[in-house]
Amino acid sequence: MTPGHFIDRLQTGLWRENPGLVQLLGLCPLLAVTTTFVNGLGLGVATLVVLTCSNVLVSATRRWILAEIRVPIYVLIIASLVTCTELIIKAWFPALDRSLGIFIPLIVTNCAIVARAELFASRNGIAPSFFDGLGMGAGFALLLMAIGFFRELVGKGSLFADFHMLFGGKTLAGLVVVDGGWLLAVLPPGAFFSLALAVALKNYLDGKRDAAGRT
Amino acid sequence: MPGITIRGITLATIAAICATLVAATNHLTAARIAANEQAWLEKSLEPALGGLDYDGSITAAKLVLEPPHDLPGDDAVIIYRVYSGGAPAAALFAVTAKGGYAGPIRVLVGIGAAGTITGVRILEHRETPGLGDGIEASRSDWVHQFDSRSLGDPPVAGWHLQVDGGEFDQLTGASVTPRAVIKAIRETLLYFDAHREKILTMPATAEAL
Ligand SMILES: Cc1cc2nc3c(=O)[nH]c(=O)nc-3n(C[C@H](O)[C@H](O)[C@H](O)COP(=O)(O)O)c2cc1C
Repeated sequence: MTPGHFIDRLQTGLWRENPGLVQLLGLCPLLAVTTTFVNGLGLGVATLVVLTCSNVLVSATRRWILAEIRVPIYVLIIASLVTCTELIIKAWFPALDRSLGIFIPLIVTNCAIVARAELFASRNGIAPSFFDGLGMGAGFALLLMAIGFFRELVGKGSLFADFHMLFGGKTLAGLVVVDGGWLLAVLPPGAFFSLALAVALKNYLDGKRDAAGRT
Repeated sequence: MPGITIRGITLATIAAICATLVAATNHLTAARIAANEQAWLEKSLEPALGGLDYDGSITAAKLVLEPPHDLPGDDAVIIYRVYSGGAPAAALFAVTAKGGYAGPIRVLVGIGAAGTITGVRILEHRETPGLGDGIEASRSDWVHQFDSRSLGDPPVAGWHLQVDGGEFDQLTGASVTPRAVIKAIRETLLYFDAHREKILTMPATAEAL
């Protein structure tokens, strides 16, 4: 595999087959936690770590895993990784744990992870699987951050509030752009609208590029 | 199926490896997690003391009242007794207010030994952001109107929202949430008034009042 392949893998996850924007996988956490940028960042990074590790482990063990028992094994691997991640977050980022709550253990139900195990890691070597996990995880994390950024700005009129949850230090208010905001954006319907806007934006950009490519 | 043994062994081996991984992580993090929980608890209780000086930790002399009890809510109530210079200084009541807009609200009512409120804080709620969540101290000053008030100030009849003929403000566009909270505060104050001596002096091991 040449460096070009790795970059291609990353691009696939980040843009072409972005788990959130194109495959529409893992929408439950995506819609539920993205009320602030920091929440999106926290869950995004946790998902990225789990996805990358699970891809590597599934790829490394793929020779011994017989087809009939592969699903229980994916479940075991993913569940253990999520449990370890949850414990680590509880121990070192307790404030983030309070804020994300049940959505950390629920990473286990993010179908993007088992989908990558089944579709990619079980059929490819460790290095490509690693980059696939990294690309897909980063694609998902960036989408979570973008939606969190947007909903926080529109819904609360702030940016980067609660950064202390991730990086310690005293409580920072973040940037207050305007006082208060358009509440709808932080309520559940705002999550659907924001995702729809993001998907539409991606399709628009892709369409424009295709059109440019043809002429 | 001929390969059933090999599949069973593979599955068992991987399960054992995963379990070891989780157990090791748990071992490495358990102490930190317990310390975080304790620190978080103390930190979330402290604001309801309104800056009162206290000895040692808030949680050391806690009392748990299992239902049925005369305090608000159907859940167990935790009372944290706080001492200052060895003498009882205040009691924090973690009670459950029923009748919130979106379910029960966990309220922490701090009452000084003399019966004055040292502070009120919301521990947990599911009220609507932008409407009912004004009861959180981080969202509005609403809970501060109870600071330093007591059962005589105003008298019991005044411990209601203004819209209900009492003395306390509601929140704009939301009266259900504040009504539930104020009811819980009123009932806690009445309970404290009736059982003050016992609450402040009873050893932590006693079962019931
Ligand atoms: C979607 C929705 C959510 C609401 N959430 C709350 C709430 O969390 N707390 C609350 O007190 N009232 C809430 N209300 C308003 C109550 O239904 C009720 O109208 C209000 O508390 C009455 O307040 P008022 O006496 O100031 O008119 C909500 C209403 C709607 C439609």
